[in-house]
Amino acid sequence: MSLVTIIYGSLFYFATLILFIGLAYRVYEYASIPAPLKIPTPPAPKTKKGVAVRLFREVVLFESLFHSAKWTWLFGWLFHFALLLAFFRHLRYVTDPVWFWVSWEIVQAAGHYAAYMMLIGLFGLFARRVFVDRVRHISAPSDYLILVLIIGIALSGLLMKWFPTDIFALKQFFLGLIYFNWSELPSDFMLLIHLGLVLLLMIIFPYSKLLHAPGLFFSPTRNQTDTARDSRHIADWARKLES
Amino acid sequence: MAVKEFEKPELKEFTEVPKLENEATSHLAPFKSKEEFQSTLGYPGELVDNWEDAALDKMGDLLKKYRSLRVYLDSCIQCGACTDKCHYYLGTKDPSNMPVGRQNLLRSVYRRYFTLPGKYFPKLVGAIDLTKEVLDEWYSYYHQCSQCRRCAVFCPMGIDTAEISMAAREIMDSIGVGQKYCNEIIGKVHKIGNNLGLPEPALADTLEGLEEDVVDETEIDVKYPLDQKDSDVLLVTPSADFFAEPHVDGLIGYGKVFHQAGISWTLSSHASEAANFGMFIGSYANMRKLALRIREAALDLNVKRIVFGECGHAWRVAYSFLNTLAGPFDFLDPKYPVPQHICEVTYDLIQKKVLEFDKSANDDMVITYHDSCNVARASNMGDIIGGQFSIPRDIIKATSNHFYDMEESTIKEKTFCCGGGGGLLTDDLMELRMKGALPRMEALKRVVDDYGVTHMAAICAICKSQFSKALGYYGFEMDRIISLHQLVGNALIMNKKEL
Repeated sequence: MSLVTIIYGSLFYFATLILFIGLAYRVYEYASIPAPLKIPTPPAPKTKKGVAVRLFREVVLFESLFHSAKWTWLFGWLFHFALLLAFFRHLRYVTDPVWFWVSWEIVQAAGHYAAYMMLIGLFGLFARRVFVDRVRHISAPSDYLILVLIIGIALSGLLMKWFPTDIFALKQFFLGLIYFNWSELPSDFMLLIHLGLVLLLMIIFPYSKLLHAPGLFFSPTRNQTDTARDSRHIADWARKLES
Repeated sequence: MAVKEFEKPELKEFTEVPKLENEATSHLAPFKSKEEFQSTLGYPGELVDNWEDAALDKMGDLLKKYRSLRVYLDSCIQCGACTDKCHYYLGTKDPSNMPVGRQNLLRSVYRRYFTLPGKYFPKLVGAIDLTKEVLDEWYSYYHQCSQCRRCAVFCPMGIDTAEISMAAREIMDSIGVGQKYCNEIIGKVHKIGNNLGLPEPALADTLEGLEEDVVDETEIDVKYPLDQKDSDVLLVTPSADFFAEPHVDGLIGYGKVFHQAGISWTLSSHASEAANFGMFIGSYANMRKLALRIREAALDLNVKRIVFGECGHAWRVAYSFLNTLAGPFDFLDPKYPVPQHICEVTYDLIQKKVLEFDKSANDDMVITYHDSCNVARASNMGDIIGGQFSIPRDIIKATSNHFYDMEESTIKEKTFCCGGGGGLLTDDLMELRMKGALPRMEALKRVVDDYGVTHMAAICAICKSQFSKALGYYGFEMDRIISLHQLVGNALIMNKKEL
């Protein structure tokens, strides 16, 4: 077993633990902190079904962002949608047999072209950060670096079209990790860059602004029903004030 | 107090997003609260010795009590969508008045002490130590936020800067750095019952005078009762309604509505204030204590319904919080929501044809309507989605012939704050108030120019007071701001035979 395989294999276990345990812990934290008052913003739904529809529109269409900043919406949505398409394409490396819809030509082709879409979105977001004085003012080094990191992932992934690797061996490597029966990782330069950057992204996820992903679902202005007059909405710590 | 010298913003045809001017309003900060006002509310009188630790402890405490605070400090992607949405940024050009700029003042300290990357790589993630300079910035800029929530509507994550401003103010109060205006007023309500410190005899006198005025003017004996037990309705209204202009014309209107509908009603000297400044300082405990006065008054006066007068922040606390803070209200008539807004009452009576109007009584006015931020973005009316927008407009249309809305991006859920909300309606912040009114004034100017609008109606005591100043400042006539129930009172066809 090569050193590269041992390092990357171990790192994938480590990063996966950080990502899933870290995210699960954040979700647990968010869920266990009470929201002591009703603060939904309009148009506030009266029912839980209405809240589900509202969150769906926010998550899938970025509805609020569409109303506030069209360019940011365009670039942001392109990036996130491309990320989803790329994710679908990559499922073939970790499913065996490959799920039937993942092997569809359209899913694979879309996942490929998504790389271009993603880069357009990311460069757009980066340009906005550099050229719009208001956005430049609020940007910390980490805000640029996260964009650079994801651009690196997209670019290195795309470049593997011209710097190919043995994808059968690669798939064996990932299946080996999943079933605890390790096999060699091809040690092609571009692949190692690509995977290395993905590992970094997984590790920083629960410690960075990438927490906006679970955060949106816990945002009281978006996930609450507008039923304050119908029933009391009292937190445990607030109830103690009543005794 | 005169408006101090500062550059007057120019009214443009369309609101422009200005270029940044760093620290343009860093010199602005309201007067600090003295010991006597602090201690009434249970806060230290001056900056405590170990204030850094105490502030961080308080932040940690709030992070466990308010999901909004924790999730919003974590979830901002610094995308910049909010940067051009705050009226104070548009009016002052100060980047710390961009919603995200304001949030980052607290977020950078949160990151430093409560997150892993902030502890080990502070520069990388923009985390900073809590120093006296930072505290001063907090005091300045968290009192340049009117908690109007316009940014929260536009944020892709729904981050509500008001939640962060409230937390910051509570942290500061807890270490002895309070704002005079809010804390002095809350003390008055705890002691006397209203923001103005108007005791019961003075209030009774005022209402008697009001009754005489109405009789003189209309020859109808409309009553403005105080502490009348067993009335149907307890009306809770902002104390400005008792004598400030144009507020009092609204109160006259409520009285006419109740009179004509034959609903018995009363004001309370114990709960003679609708506004709840406990919200402005982010203090659940103070907000609850103020809200309980209303419950006590309702029980004491044995009423069947609670109705709120025209007051934006009061309606937020009433509609969204009152049941939680001071409920359950199972001793009231279950046929009516608790509490109700006076607009809901009037609207229902119009629907039932109990009230009829001679619209020509308002023909001397061409009217537009200012959606007050806390009504628009933090409440509802009529239990229909968007009712807080449609019901006031429907009342205006039922009582007058000439109504025009301002531009779509400045009304309803996108409305601009008047510039004086959230505990900032104080003379020591006059520069901020006038600059913050700019976007609303620009939108108003367009309907004045295009449709000949002469008057702007509002249903918030703060909006009315703030516009009384801002309209004059920007060259409009001062009396162009009116109470919505002034229109109702003007046009209501009253049954004269009773006198």
